[in-house]
Amino acid sequence: MSKFRKKGKKGQPAVNTAALPDIVFMLLFFFMVTTVMRETSLKVINITPKATEVSKLERKSLVAYIYVGKPIKSLQGAFGTSARIQLNDAFKTKEDIALFVEMERDARDEAERNMITWSLKVDQNTKMGIVTEVKQQLREVNALKINYSTKKTDKISN
Amino acid sequence: MGKREISEINAGSMADIAFLLLIFFLVTTTMDTDTGLIRRLPPPPEEIPDENDKVKQRNIFEILVNANDQLLVEGEYLEVTELRDKAKAFIESDPTNPEMPEFKETEIPGLGVVAVSKQIISLQNDNGTSYEMYIKVQNELVAAYNELRNEFSQQKFNKSYEELAQQAGSSDAAKEKMKAVKKFYPQRISEAEPKKVGGAE
Repeated sequence: MSKFRKKGKKGQPAVNTAALPDIVFMLLFFFMVTTVMRETSLKVINITPKATEVSKLERKSLVAYIYVGKPIKSLQGAFGTSARIQLNDAFKTKEDIALFVEMERDARDEAERNMITWSLKVDQNTKMGIVTEVKQQLREVNALKINYSTKKTDKISN
Repeated sequence: MGKREISEINAGSMADIAFLLLIFFLVTTTMDTDTGLIRRLPPPPEEIPDENDKVKQRNIFEILVNANDQLLVEGEYLEVTELRDKAKAFIESDPTNPEMPEFKETEIPGLGVVAVSKQIISLQNDNGTSYEMYIKVQNELVAAYNELRNEFSQQKFNKSYEELAQQAGSSDAAKEKMKAVKKFYPQRISEAEPKKVGGAE
C-alpha cells in the first residue's frame, strides 16, 4: 500500500493564457498609434504613373494632396468625363487652389508653413494642360515644393 | 456577519474584445508612405528677364514632347528609353566638342577649382501630352543626373552619391562631399510654358 496515491488522470496541464490579453493589447496599441485613417475619399480615378527614381516623402503631416483625374464611374453622369481637380473631399476648379493652399498653411505651425510638400496625385492618362494650370496656380501662391506622386518600378518601357 | 469578499470580475473575454479592436485597426491601417519625384517650381515671375541673360544655344538641351507623346530631342526623333544616355552625354559635356556645353571654372569647397559644365535642360510639352509620358521624361532626366553624380562621386570619394546621401544625416564630412558633388552636377531642368498646338485630344 503506497502512502502517496496517484491523482487520477495525469494529462498535460492547460497552457496558461493569462498573458494573452496583454500581448493582444500591446499589438492593439501599436496599430492604434501607427494607423492613419484615410481622410479623403477619392472622387477621381487615380492611378499614378511608375518611375524608377522615386524618393520617399518623409513627414506625412507636412504633405498636402492635390488629386487630378477623371471622375469615378458613379460620378461621371453628374460631372462628365473630363479631368478634374479634387481638393479635400470635393471637386474644385483651379481658382480654388490658392484658398486651399492658404487653408493648409493655416492648419500647420508657423515654423513649418514653408516646409509643406504639395503632392500632385495625377492619374496617368491625364493631359498635361490641367496639370500645368495647377502648377501655375501653385507657383503664384509660392507653394513651390511639389512632388509628382509615382509608384516605384524597376524599369520603364516605351 | 462575516465580511463578504467581492468576487473578481471575469476577465476571460477581455482577450476577445481586444482581438476585435485589433482586427479593426489592422484592417483600417494604411502603412504606405507616398513616394514620388520631388521638384522645386521656379518662383513666380516678377520681371521680364534681361536679354543679356540669354543662354547660348550650345548650352541648352532641348526636349519637346508633342500631343502624341513623341519626343524631339535636339531636333532629333528619339524614344524615351534612349533619352537617358543622350542626356548624360550632354550633361557631362566634352571639352573638345564645340556642340557640347561650355565649361565654367568654379570653386567648389572640397574639390577646389574645377570646370563645371554650363548645361541647362529645357523641357517643353504640349497641353495634350499625357501625364504618364511627362513623368517618364522627368524620370529619365533625374536618372541621368543621379547616374552621373554616382559615377563622379565613386571616382572622387570612393562612395556613390546614394551612399553619401544616406550618411549625410549622421556625418558632416559626407554632407560636405554630397554638396560638392551636387554643385559639380547641378540639376538644371527648366520647363517652358506649354504650347497649345493641339493635335490629339
